Amino acid sequence: MNASPDPGPALLEVRGLSKSFGALQALQEVDFTLRAGEIHALLGENGAGKSTLVKVVTGVFDRDTGIVRLDGTEVVARSARAALDAGIATVYQEVNLLPNLSVAQNLYLGRQPTRFGLVRDAEMRRRATALLAEFDLHIDVAAPLGSYSVAVQHITAIARAVDLSARVLILDEPTASLDRHEVEILFAVVRKLAARGIGVLFVTHFLDQVYEICDRITVLRNGRLMGERTTAELPRIELIRMMLGRELAETTSARAAERARPVRQVCARFEGYGKAGYLSPFDLVLHHGEVVGLAGLLGSGRTETARLVFGAERADSGRALVEGQPVRLQSPRDAVAHGFGYCPEERKIDGIIAELTVRENIVLALQAKRGLARPLSRSEQDEIAARFIKLLDIRPPEPERPIGLLSGGNQQKALLARWLATAPRLLVLDEPTRGIDVGAHAEIIRLIRALCDDGLALLVISSELDEIVTYSDRVIVLRDRAHVDQLQGDAIDVSNILAAIAAGSVVGAETVQP
Amino acid sequence: MTIKALLAATALAATTLSLPAVAAELTVGFSQIGSESGWRAAETTVSKSEAAKRKVNLKIADAQQKQENQIKAIRSFVAQGVDAIFLAPVVSSGWDAVLKEAKEAKIPVVLLDRDIDPSGKELYLTAVTSDSVQEGAVAGEWLAKTVGAKACNVVELQGTVGASVAANRKKGFDSVVAKHANLKVVRSQTGDFTRAKGKEVMESFIKAEGGGKSLCAVYAHNDDMMVGAIQAMKEAGLKPGKDVLTVSIDAVPDIFKAMAAGEANATVELTPNMAGPALDAIIAYKGKGTTPPKWIQTESKLYTAADDPMKVYDSKKGLGY
Amino acid sequence: MTFSLQRRGLAQIIALLVILAVDRIVSPQFFDLRLQDGRLFGSLIDVLNRGAPVALLSLGMVLVIATRGIDLSVGAVMAISGAIAASLADSHGVPLAIAVALGAGLLCGLWNGFLVAVLGIQPIVATLILMVAGRGIAQLITEGRIVTFTAPDFVWLGNGAVLGVPVPVVIVLGMLVITGAVVRGSALGLLIEATGGNARASELAGIGTRAMILAVYVWCGLCAALAGVIAAADIMGADANNAGLWLELDAILAVVIGGTSLFGGRFSLVLAMVGALIIQAMNTGILLSGYPPEFNLVVKAAVVLIVLLLQSPRLASAGAALWRARS
Repeated sequence: MNASPDPGPALLEVRGLSKSFGALQALQEVDFTLRAGEIHALLGENGAGKSTLVKVVTGVFDRDTGIVRLDGTEVVARSARAALDAGIATVYQEVNLLPNLSVAQNLYLGRQPTRFGLVRDAEMRRRATALLAEFDLHIDVAAPLGSYSVAVQHITAIARAVDLSARVLILDEPTASLDRHEVEILFAVVRKLAARGIGVLFVTHFLDQVYEICDRITVLRNGRLMGERTTAELPRIELIRMMLGRELAETTSARAAERARPVRQVCARFEGYGKAGYLSPFDLVLHHGEVVGLAGLLGSGRTETARLVFGAERADSGRALVEGQPVRLQSPRDAVAHGFGYCPEERKIDGIIAELTVRENIVLALQAKRGLARPLSRSEQDEIAARFIKLLDIRPPEPERPIGLLSGGNQQKALLARWLATAPRLLVLDEPTRGIDVGAHAEIIRLIRALCDDGLALLVISSELDEIVTYSDRVIVLRDRAHVDQLQGDAIDVSNILAAIAAGSVVGAETVQP
Repeated sequence: MTIKALLAATALAATTLSLPAVAAELTVGFSQIGSESGWRAAETTVSKSEAAKRKVNLKIADAQQKQENQIKAIRSFVAQGVDAIFLAPVVSSGWDAVLKEAKEAKIPVVLLDRDIDPSGKELYLTAVTSDSVQEGAVAGEWLAKTVGAKACNVVELQGTVGASVAANRKKGFDSVVAKHANLKVVRSQTGDFTRAKGKEVMESFIKAEGGGKSLCAVYAHNDDMMVGAIQAMKEAGLKPGKDVLTVSIDAVPDIFKAMAAGEANATVELTPNMAGPALDAIIAYKGKGTTPPKWIQTESKLYTAADDPMKVYDSKKGLGY
Repeated sequence: MTFSLQRRGLAQIIALLVILAVDRIVSPQFFDLRLQDGRLFGSLIDVLNRGAPVALLSLGMVLVIATRGIDLSVGAVMAISGAIAASLADSHGVPLAIAVALGAGLLCGLWNGFLVAVLGIQPIVATLILMVAGRGIAQLITEGRIVTFTAPDFVWLGNGAVLGVPVPVVIVLGMLVITGAVVRGSALGLLIEATGGNARASELAGIGTRAMILAVYVWCGLCAALAGVIAAADIMGADANNAGLWLELDAILAVVIGGTSLFGGRFSLVLAMVGALIIQAMNTGILLSGYPPEFNLVVKAAVVLIVLLLQSPRLASAGAALWRARS
């Protein structure tokens, strides 16, 4: 298996690791080697066992069988704290620090420099400034951590972890909520750490980033080791094959051929719709059988548009029409009553109800729409859940499992199912493919097209321009909380969108009209 | 000793009552705790009528169970230059500073119903209170006398655990029981001074004592618990007042109703008239310079079915119990 | 990792059985039953009958807690409704007295619901207002006295029996059936659990979370008012100072013992009732035991701790690991 031409000394060795949860075999006889000074990607679809492997190594889960060795010594970490003491530090996607404390306090929480029992604030700030300077981060360490960007928070978390004399640094989806520039900063830090001899384990979904930064790749599938390769020797198509075990249809490069659709009926129309201080008034027309993409940088007003359309935020100007009739969208409830659906960006916070079952999560919006007095019987619920689990291939196909135990991609599918069950006329999808593995990603994009062909109107937000280009019939470009441009037909391509974002010429209302 | 104090108080009352009404211009400020119980409301009502009887101008300040309000009220009485201050202290400590202010202003202070910590002993003129130990003893004596030499199993409904009144009423009763070998307290449990808990605890006593047939008497630290216990006995098919003797303390109106119906036997009065003896002491002190004893103990009067309970009920029901 | 439904409630049922068994040990006649004046008579009946007010309170409380709220005012609402019912019963007739008392409970619930759902005040603070003020209101109504009444129909609510079963127990069963029918017969149960589990997500799924939160507080107020009426009927009088005092804590405890998390979400009406029975079975056992009253609270705290430990998933997994290690 080991195809590395120049294997450095092994730092972290995992041998024959198995872990099961009840009947589910999460890891089966997995071997894994992390060498000092390398950046090593751990890849696989959701449910492949990446998180389980990380959690066993960091002591969050017990292992059933197998050995974990650090520098040749067996590590038996029973808690994250014990793993940290052994030299294994982890930084998760959701930064595990306290935003209301200062950067310095976060860095030295629980180990503040003290004199006579008193915290030496000045000394702590001095050390914090020096520590962050090593990462080329020059900020006021006395300011609350929450006042800085997510990237700074990540680097703070890494600095804290590494300063605790870590030998191994595990980064679990660190770039999911970062923009391109922030990713660059983070990568510079990671490279610096690797150069110091720290072994970095990088768990991610972004294949581009893997090829940009990683020396070596380990791929898991269904709890089994699929292989370890050096990045240079592994072509992208081969990597995807290892991850999926099948040829992935050309999803990201091929543009939908049937873009020249006949003009469809108007589904919903928004005229001069906006909210002061939130989003400038915009005109937006959504047709049946059409996908409208919203493109723009983070904070440009994409999610704001979605929330206004769905009534989650009340507009203070303009009017909305559904099928030609003026409507009031004062709350999501109103929007649902008019046949709208909304899959929000923050799945865990705004989407799923973690402790409820997959079945309950799927029927929720339909039940809310029907009202209290018309409950869906248990058999109706079972039927709906079974139908959508099958239709969308939600895994595991167990309607009674709490949805919080599903992987991100399957949670997203269940949320789609929640809205599809209401037979909506308009679906708003905010970052439908974020944090989802390649397989589910492709399925969701295929689904978006299929729904559109079915006559649904779709408003889709994505940061992945390739993706938007693939499925959109029309692309609205946003900048600085305003709709600034619109691309149609053959004009839709990545470079044009980038140009529009950069140029940001404000278009008048008439050009947005179809 | 308590009997002596009792005699002293009665003697004092007898002498002062014969005085001419020199107290016409007397103004007394009364810092009352609040109206947390029926007894407290009755005390306020009785204080008003006792003051009117003696032509004393009584100013009552309701502290709503807060010491800070009482301290404010006392300061205001001092500022107004009243002739005397009555204080029903909500707690026993923290009075020294404000009572010193009254003392410096040469305004005598009389404590009503409750005492304060010994450190403040020199700061007040006298305290008019009942003797809870004596109340328990009077209840015990009645029971001992009523059952005679017959063996008697007693169950006891205690007041709130930790309340000094409950501890003292238990102590007084126990002291009598200790002297009579035929009396035996078989069960004792707290009923929190409330009807609901009194009923619940009595229900369990009845079950634990084989349906209550072996019970001879119930002693309750207050009448409210006894009213609840009487209901529990009736619901269990027992005849309170006949099968099972009852004796309790406080003499609230409702127990006289039960007594008139033959369902209760005896109650020991905790008189709401604390102000009467206090006013008499002040009138004597102001008029003749008579210094009263440090403790004026009120009478723990026993009422039974022989005392025309309906008449007592009628006289008490308007007092605000 | 699988939370099977069969396992839910097992800990509570076992705890109740163990406590009843201990009761039998401290009081050999614990399970004896006989008929007294057409009413079943025995310690077991006492547990049901005395547990009725807390059971009613927890029936409302469990819904409030399921929405991630809490209602501290139920004890005070009991005092208000009892005071109203007792004051009006002899002069204006029992039906009117009870109707006004229950109406007052609804109003109290509406007030709490308004503060929480409309003004967005934290439930613990919002209901604290009525917890403090409510008892004062009740005292104003009774003027600090114990207001007694003699209306036989009202007394029957506390002391009567239907087919030998005490009326308070019948009322609790009736309310349990009604609440169960409303909550599980309609979609309310699911929507409450969704709201408690994740209010933001529920709102975005089109659930009218505000109206629902309002509704659970109103229902809680109604249950509390009914408990107040029963408590007044039991002692044939309204004791504004003591009626329902600290019972809000017993009700919360019953709900928690019943396995409903204070963080909202999944709830069980029946297990909340079992929780109330556990508390009362323990109280009655303590009274029957004959131990000095100074031990009451210590024993109660110890038993509650054990019951809650029994439910702890961590303890369960540790216990399972120990079991595996031994075998």
